[in-house]
Amino acid sequence: MIAPSTQFKQDAIRITGDDQRLNLIHTGMKKYEASRGVRQSAFKDWQSARQTAAEIKWDAINHLDTHLVEFADKLEANGAKVHWASNAQQARDIIMGIVRDKGARSIVKSKVMTGEEIHLNQALEKEGYDVVESDLGEYIVQLRHEEPYHFVFPAMHLARGEISDLFERELGSAPTDNPEELTMIARRAIREKYITADIGISGANFGVAETGMISITENEGNARLTCAMPNVHISLMGIEKVLPKLRDLAIFLPMLATAGSGQALTGYNSMYRGPRAEGESDGPEEFHVVLLDNRRTELLADPEQRDALHCIRCGACLNVCPIYRNIGGHAYGTTYQGPIGSVITPHLRGLQDWKHLSGASSLCGACTQTCPVKINLHEHLLQNRRNASSEKPVWWEKIAFKLAGFAMNRPALFQLGLKVAHLAQPLHGLVKGSVLDPARAWTKTRELPEVAGESFRDYWKKRS
Amino acid sequence: MSERENILQRVREALRDPAPIPGSHHGESTGFPVSEAEAAPTISQWLPEVSESEAERFELFEKNSMDLRTDFRLLDSEEEVLEQLAGLAKTENWQKVAIHEGALTDRFRDKLNLPLLVTDGGYEATDLEQCDVGITECDALVAQTGSVLVTARSAGGRALSVLPPHHVVLVRRDQLLPDMPAAFTLLEQRYAPNYPSFISFITGPSRTGDIERILVLGAHGPKKLTVFCW
Repeated sequence: MIAPSTQFKQDAIRITGDDQRLNLIHTGMKKYEASRGVRQSAFKDWQSARQTAAEIKWDAINHLDTHLVEFADKLEANGAKVHWASNAQQARDIIMGIVRDKGARSIVKSKVMTGEEIHLNQALEKEGYDVVESDLGEYIVQLRHEEPYHFVFPAMHLARGEISDLFERELGSAPTDNPEELTMIARRAIREKYITADIGISGANFGVAETGMISITENEGNARLTCAMPNVHISLMGIEKVLPKLRDLAIFLPMLATAGSGQALTGYNSMYRGPRAEGESDGPEEFHVVLLDNRRTELLADPEQRDALHCIRCGACLNVCPIYRNIGGHAYGTTYQGPIGSVITPHLRGLQDWKHLSGASSLCGACTQTCPVKINLHEHLLQNRRNASSEKPVWWEKIAFKLAGFAMNRPALFQLGLKVAHLAQPLHGLVKGSVLDPARAWTKTRELPEVAGESFRDYWKKRS
Repeated sequence: MSERENILQRVREALRDPAPIPGSHHGESTGFPVSEAEAAPTISQWLPEVSESEAERFELFEKNSMDLRTDFRLLDSEEEVLEQLAGLAKTENWQKVAIHEGALTDRFRDKLNLPLLVTDGGYEATDLEQCDVGITECDALVAQTGSVLVTARSAGGRALSVLPPHHVVLVRRDQLLPDMPAAFTLLEQRYAPNYPSFISFITGPSRTGDIERILVLGAHGPKKLTVFCW
């Protein structure tokens, strides 16, 4: 298998040259920027709202043990069944167990990023179950056998023509370049699934400890149908999603909509606390909540980066990131793309294999600034770099820094070095770009700056 | 040890070292996290502006409805509502209406003179899918966001307001709330601790932007949302 860092480099180079793809991304992001700007400035005080949201999350995460216990106990008191999964395998086994137990054949899913994280679809399909993604973007990437491109806008990299071709090939529909017609093709294809599916699987944007509820945010209504029609509803969520109070949603729902997609409020924000209750006309007979750790507790154990668990997955940091905008979502090779993905993936999948993502940053800080819950994203990228090199130093870097330190501590030697470099630079032309070129990683795409004949110290001395 | 205990144990161990206070980086304001009791009343002060005047709140709801493509009709009498409802039934050629029992819905359902599916007490999903419209009550309207707040108890279950292609809401003028915190206060006062199994803020008809970020209405839920308020 090819190393993640090599794959990343290859994909990034390929995509930065794909103008058509980049145009789609840039157009999408410009629309996002415009509507987000309007919505954010409608807040009387966005910065105070951010601070409050960050403080509520701080409380939620730093007392996670008590909130989790309250959340789970309340849910069970409401008639839900709560399952605990330490890792991906356990989560898959739990869900597979429920599916088998119910004798289910057909499963409808609304967007579940934790499902992507544990490769749930592959596991279910391998066992022969019919699994359909109902979110339009997810449905499109599922038909393409692809990963989501962006954890909020899964199919943002595709042009309508590509989607039309896909639907023609997979669903036998007539070609069209009208987004509305394309949406209606998918609507018709998925509609009967809600009614015939035995099981609905959803994610959760928030959990509410106080009342034992999950909260799901969506625009299409597919999650509402997924949680209303099938007889069994399973929700898979990360343990970090729990908020202390129901009224906390009064600030998180508008902020998620504003930061995520430039809306005052997303189309449907729905809270579920259990199966169909007595006196209610519909709803599933069973409601299962699967709580997933999958190394979140390792991130929790790092106080410096613990706030990365405050993330509400709005995707704003991807949208403003100059790296994301130029390499796109697939190059990351992660479930969570962009700055937040680059911060948490090394914790979730291993620092050494994923440390290259810490370099996928211009350190401009746009991610930190845009984050509605004030996660210190670009500092965390630096901390991951530091942690990676102190855990496993690179031998030649160590020698290089030792030599540089030695020279810099000896002004005479440093001056001499500059002089030699100036005189020797013309010789660089002989090896430039070849394997012998020590600076070839740089000179492949850029010119080396000229080493000045006179140092600043000399210049200053002469001047006075 | 159960998996629950394993995870909780790891959480407790992980939390032994305290984490820095949020917003304490980059010259952001510092200070100790305010307690929830202090934070709660201030949330309204930061969210988007809502006027004190009732007339202006209706204007705001109307403006938000326009942005969202919700058909909001502020009317003066029950007769007017019935007239317009009958008008809709005619122009859209409704064949079958899905509805639930309730103080407001009961006033209209028999006057529509159309076959009805009443969801209370259960129904067949395929029957509901055949209906042209779902007519429901709601708990409240939220001026700040243009939202309709429904629950399984107030709006005839989970599916009635999402499965049929047109969702019609019947609501009285005194059900308009200013903002999101007020909506959660209402939920608490009305239901705590015995909440319905389903609560939803419906903000406009079903929508998607998944194809080239172009807005399309009626992705999976209703293509139309009509709110009759009197």
